[in-house]
Amino acid sequence: MSTVDTKFIDQSTQNINILKSEERRETITIFGLSLPAVLTILIVVFLPIFWLSSLSFYNAAGELSMENYTRIFNSALYRRTFVVTFQISISVTVICVLLGYPLCYWLCKFPDRTAGVLMVFVLVPFWTSVLVRTYAWLVLLQRNGIINSSLMSLGVIDEPLQLAHNLTGSIIGMVHIMLPFLILPLYATMRGIDTDLVRAALGLGSSPRGAFWRVFFPMSLPGLFAGIVLVFILSLGFFVTPALLGGGRVQMLAQRIESTITVYSNWGAASALGVVLLLLALVMIWLMNRVFSLDKLFMR
Amino acid sequence: MEQIEQRKIDGLWLTVVGIAVLFFLILPTLIVIPMSFSGASFLEFPPTSFSFRWYAAYFTSPEWMSATKTSLIAAIMTTVIATPLGSLCAYGLHCSTPQIRNTVQFLVIMPIVVPVILIAVGVFSLYAKVGLNYTLTGVVIAHTALALPFVIVTVMSGLRNYDFDQELAARSLGASRAVALWTITVPQVKFSIQTGAFLAFITSLDEVVISMLVSGGDNATITRRMFNALRDQLDPTIAAISTCLIVVSVTVLVGVQLIGRRKNIDE
Repeated sequence: MSTVDTKFIDQSTQNINILKSEERRETITIFGLSLPAVLTILIVVFLPIFWLSSLSFYNAAGELSMENYTRIFNSALYRRTFVVTFQISISVTVICVLLGYPLCYWLCKFPDRTAGVLMVFVLVPFWTSVLVRTYAWLVLLQRNGIINSSLMSLGVIDEPLQLAHNLTGSIIGMVHIMLPFLILPLYATMRGIDTDLVRAALGLGSSPRGAFWRVFFPMSLPGLFAGIVLVFILSLGFFVTPALLGGGRVQMLAQRIESTITVYSNWGAASALGVVLLLLALVMIWLMNRVFSLDKLFMR
Repeated sequence: MEQIEQRKIDGLWLTVVGIAVLFFLILPTLIVIPMSFSGASFLEFPPTSFSFRWYAAYFTSPEWMSATKTSLIAAIMTTVIATPLGSLCAYGLHCSTPQIRNTVQFLVIMPIVVPVILIAVGVFSLYAKVGLNYTLTGVVIAHTALALPFVIVTVMSGLRNYDFDQELAARSLGASRAVALWTITVPQVKFSIQTGAFLAFITSLDEVVISMLVSGGDNATITRRMFNALRDQLDPTIAAISTCLIVVSVTVLVGVQLIGRRKNIDE
């Protein structure tokens, strides 16, 4: 009797072990399906970035040093780049909030279908090439462009304003590119808000403005925060629009990195700038991931 | 009474701002279309005469045509590679433990928010070592890495809405895992896979910064040529090219919407 028992127990432990190892093997096989994509991203995106980051800790003679970093923070040129980058990114983010929030709130007043049609006005620019839109702004903002000529014929101004090839032009163009990135997460969040809560607040005697600020607005904050972080990160590292609409007068971080490499071939300095940009971006991605999962942005 | 007045004013103000912002978004996007049909030899808006001369200039220029060809081939190759790789990755992640899934998912989505200039400079230095700069292969590999996150995200969201028990049922009835995946799961997340493919195509076609550093010579992409041309002068030929790019983007967007609608009717 006892021998049968042990044999039975032996057999079942063996079975459990086989099942477990089979399950483990299957988990590995299934994860193996992800590997080609994961490896491509690791090798093409992350590996070179980490390798370049390590370059920033060596000086021209090939010794370990913080020279590249001390130079960044001591040189007036690089300091100016940081100031301009933050100045533009903050202005763009603030303007996007001022334009995007009322638009999303207004869209929420329409039934799903109508709002869906109106969203085309947001999605078409979103999926149109950044280059095409920057080109359009170059034409609109130029000295004899339509904005200057209509302002002049209306008698608002006597001579053309300098709109392109400077800070103003870069900011206008960037707001146009970044606005959809604020609208998409914010609108998704607002659509999810239960409007009965606002109605309840009104029924309990709140003024419409009070109900908005104390009930609706706080509930829209996660989406607003995600949009703000997204616009701010993308602005910090933005290249195309300031390079073209800034006309060489506006040098943001991304352009400084590009010219440091292509014009001066100074990889140490460029990678130090890159590390600073990367750290800024990582902190914000981490912050955003806490309140709004990134993949929600592209869900329909 | 006063409150109703206040609400009306607030509502009116909101409508005005809403419409203004929508026009701010759409008008500059579409303004290049009428410009591209201008007959003048310099850029003017609104155009005073009509002609196809800028389209003729575009389609007869060997440089622009070769760049267009490079971009289209790169975009098609990127789509063909990134769609299956990304879909498999999404499936693998969907079936793995939550811990692995969350970590890896965060990692593969990151390229969407990492500043492109960093990826571009990194890829440029990597390619300098392996000799892939100024080659079509190099452009395709870099664009694939950039497009993968979009495919993975859309397919994963499709899988989340799919009842996975159906695949388990097929397997318990004797189908192998591969057969169950191909005949049961894939057809049901087809819409997400197609959307992912469209996004991959557009990502590659419109990409500027990486192409600017990595593509060149005979393999320069259209965005690289456009960027360089815009740095120098406002050539109206670019209005014609831009119009073509808008048509492609809008077609793709409409395609995605139509598939989405058909899917909704099916359900």
